[in-house]
Amino acid sequence: MFIDTHTHMISRVTDDYERMAAAGVVACIEPAFWLGQPRTNVGSYIDYLSTIVGWERFRAGQFGMRHYCTVGLNSKEANNEELAEAVMEILPRFALKEGVVAIGEIGYDEQTELEDRYFRQQLDLARELDMPVMVHTPHRDKKRGTTRSMDVVIEQGLDPASVVIDHNNEETAQEVLDRGFWAGFSIYPGTKMGSERMVEIVRRYGPERILVDSACDWGVSDPLAVPRTADLLRCGGIGEDAIRQVTYGNALAAYGRNGQMREADWLDPAPIDQRTLYMGNSVLRGGQTPRVETGTGRADAA
Amino acid sequence: MTPDNLMTAWLLRQLPSDAAAWLIAQRDRLRTGTSERDFNLAFSLAPRRLGKADLLLGPEDLAAAHRARPGWDPRGWSADQAGRLVLLLAQGGDGPAFNARLRGLLATADLAETITLLRGLPLYPDPALHLAQAREGARTAMRPVFEAVAHANPYPAAVFDEAGWNQLVLKALFIETTLAPIQGLDRRANPTLARMLCDYAHERWAAGRPVSPELWRCVGPWADDAARNDLAWVLRTGTAAERQAARAALHAAPPLKKFG
Repeated sequence: MFIDTHTHMISRVTDDYERMAAAGVVACIEPAFWLGQPRTNVGSYIDYLSTIVGWERFRAGQFGMRHYCTVGLNSKEANNEELAEAVMEILPRFALKEGVVAIGEIGYDEQTELEDRYFRQQLDLARELDMPVMVHTPHRDKKRGTTRSMDVVIEQGLDPASVVIDHNNEETAQEVLDRGFWAGFSIYPGTKMGSERMVEIVRRYGPERILVDSACDWGVSDPLAVPRTADLLRCGGIGEDAIRQVTYGNALAAYGRNGQMREADWLDPAPIDQRTLYMGNSVLRGGQTPRVETGTGRADAA
Repeated sequence: MTPDNLMTAWLLRQLPSDAAAWLIAQRDRLRTGTSERDFNLAFSLAPRRLGKADLLLGPEDLAAAHRARPGWDPRGWSADQAGRLVLLLAQGGDGPAFNARLRGLLATADLAETITLLRGLPLYPDPALHLAQAREGARTAMRPVFEAVAHANPYPAAVFDEAGWNQLVLKALFIETTLAPIQGLDRRANPTLARMLCDYAHERWAAGRPVSPELWRCVGPWADDAARNDLAWVLRTGTAAERQAARAALHAAPPLKKFG
């Protein structure tokens, strides 16, 4: 069983869901982010958040996949002050929805003053609602930006144990782990981590507080990155317990803190959740057989 | 008793005492008028505070429900659903104010909230004012949302016009849910729907796809000569269930014109 803690499934097709489920991914987390182009008004932000807490969750359920999300104002769009203010107004309406496991992904892009203001405000919201946080670390000026993100988390009074610093690499891993944060590694060709490098990371630091994710989105990326990395870790001589920890156990511990993601969700689904999430076949066309889970539990999953 | 008092009584009967106390405290606070933020927080927290167990209802509870609102069928409702509706109704307000609040909630609702709000349709003041929200629920591609409007709910039969009703029945077939739990199915049958359903059956046959036997129930009472031919075809070629449905439909059909 795998949990992919960083997936933008709204950009992915049904083949991806089928292949992920077949490869043993039982749950995925969809962090709120931008859409590749900036939104121009809060209305489209509301509809986006509704999509990731509603329709996408439903769509995933039809493939036997449990779908969770994080909500937040991303760093890129934090630079549009008018939009940012309006989003901050409506965020509390979404933070407690079913399946929302964290505030995120928030943090810095260009490390501007506006990014800093809304990063801090959202950290305050997470503290007030006692929710985990997913921090997006900047691609440009990454090392300094990552250090600064952690400084600000501490300044706002959050416990590092409730905060995941995502998109790490060889340069940032040591400090993130030393300071007691969760360290996410996005296996994303080109800009982030590669699977082979991930083997070295786990060998060097061990499995404690490390999470492997795919960050699959609308770019060239691999929704199977987590199961594929697990295979590579195995080939690299990493033990089964450590593999399970970095591809499943740590994800559950980090994002299950507010009770919205529980192992029972996929091992032993409650009948009420079956009724709301595991029915219907609207994404299936023309004579395909829907994958409707009935009865209790699917403990045989991968 | 009013629907909100009934639901409160059912909840108090089965909730642990701390959950029951939370519900009553929130409801009383909302009745005296409080901020939008307080309502949103209480509404959001309801499943975490009240749990999602099914309401435990006996025959006398169902009878009381029917007396409060004809056709109201709370079987299969959960504690969080009833609790959320108690909180929503506690705020009071006439139809237009209530509708504005309902639209606002639906605009940011998650799946469970959407289902709750649509199941509650027959309990709201001035039901006809909420038609647009009900129709939107009946257009959804999410089957559990559709069923919240269409199944075990007196609202569509009471409020939908004929065009809306006919779309609801066709949509049920398209998303492959059952027609039987739709209230008023026989009473609202009409010749236009019978014609639409026969056309739909022809489309399915042409594509080599199965046709739900339930479809013929809405055709029977308005079967014209063409529909009788379709039913005769089903009697010759259908599965056992289809043949049974066709026989029942022919039984309900009006007498043939040339003999009548």
